[in-house]
Amino acid sequence: MSENVSHQFDRLPATEGERDVESRPTREAIVSFWVDRFGVDPETFESDTFWERGNGKIWVFAEDVETPVDIEALGMSFMRTRQEHWKPTTEAVQRFGDRATRNIIHLDREAAERFLAGEDQQLEWDGDWGYLIVTHDIAGDTEPIGVGLYVHGELRSQIPKGRRREFGGE
Amino acid sequence: MDALSRYEPIVEDYEAFLSACERPLPSVVRVNTIKATVERAERGLIEAGIELDPVEWHPHLFRLPTDQPGANWPYSHGWIHGQEEVSAIPATVLDPEPGERVWDATAAPGSKTTQLAARMDDRGLLVATDSNLGRLSALRSNTERLGVTNVAVTNEDARNHSLKPFGGEPYDKVLVDVPCSCEGTIRKNPDTLEEWSLGHVTGIADVQKAILERAIQTTREGGTVVYSTCTFAPEENEAVLDYALQAEDCRLVEFELPLMYRDGVTEWQGERFDPQVERAKRIYPHHNDTGGFFVAKLEVLG
Repeated sequence: MSENVSHQFDRLPATEGERDVESRPTREAIVSFWVDRFGVDPETFESDTFWERGNGKIWVFAEDVETPVDIEALGMSFMRTRQEHWKPTTEAVQRFGDRATRNIIHLDREAAERFLAGEDQQLEWDGDWGYLIVTHDIAGDTEPIGVGLYVHGELRSQIPKGRRREFGGE
Repeated sequence: MDALSRYEPIVEDYEAFLSACERPLPSVVRVNTIKATVERAERGLIEAGIELDPVEWHPHLFRLPTDQPGANWPYSHGWIHGQEEVSAIPATVLDPEPGERVWDATAAPGSKTTQLAARMDDRGLLVATDSNLGRLSALRSNTERLGVTNVAVTNEDARNHSLKPFGGEPYDKVLVDVPCSCEGTIRKNPDTLEEWSLGHVTGIADVQKAILERAIQTTREGGTVVYSTCTFAPEENEAVLDYALQAEDCRLVEFELPLMYRDGVTEWQGERFDPQVERAKRIYPHHNDTGGFFVAKLEVLG
């Protein structure tokens, strides 16, 4: 087994059989996560490649290059897989979350604003606990905002600090 | 404004030019078509109580009366990006297609990079390079918010850009929107000209020449390079093109631009340039009520 090298991007192995870094998830497992957890059609990611830089930081890239590659960024940060429960990034949910069919919690405008501001809130939810895709209605349709962690009757906003916004009662 | 007086011989209606330079610019946003249609972004902004006027020459641009494009839902969803109107010109001239190999040679903070990605429908390889790590972090936060997945970001001096991480293959199209003396941004940043010096202009022109040369060298035969600046100085515009026409196997080509413009100048302070530089376009603040800009389109021949 090889070691994970933190500054370079390594393409994820397609399957377990091709894996040479022990902790590295496979492409198959990443796609299965989106299919199983959120009901996303696996064809969504058909032409994308997945990469790891740093332990458990997974990126999605629309093209392919030779692996490994030592550059600043490759596509978009997509997931964190270091912990037991895998977590999609805000960016990934905003980009691909409109294809989800389950584990979606829909908020009214006021709750959505609190979520975007980074607040945790008590909410009813009779589905699975864990990471959910948080949506609201805007401009005639539903739109994903980001990721919430639902535990013990509470939706905890996972919006990163730099993307939190307060609109001041707009 | 004294620094601008040197342009009196090449700018018609110089008084109108000066008074336009003194007026502030309206705030403009570009719709990010990777994440929203123009209609939906427009509806989202109206729902947020934001008034907006379409920009006639470009269907993805809107002028906003308020200067806070960041505090609303459409921004948080990555549907819109604050971008000066003239800054949207070079990506429309380069006009990359989905699936092409494209290089943005001096990419940070990423307004044009994300615009190129949107024109490519987020498909194909878009390499974005900048030498400044701090500015690259701004670029990264823009590409992420706007949902760009086809970008590969490198931290290097564009003059020494390496194709090695990308299989050594040349690009189909390259955008060279170089660092410049920024005279054309005076309506946005009134302090821009305070530290103006001819030494700075000629010094930065040497960097511009070297970046443009590298861009031409990394583009395939028949490929396109777009050169642009936000400055009026011919030293940084036509003189840089004149140098590239002599040093590299390329030519300047005609192109359409649905804005009022003037042709590139073939003579400046006694120096004559290759007549092809006339095919470049100068955008002055008083003609379209915008910032100032310069853009040229090159075809690589060798």
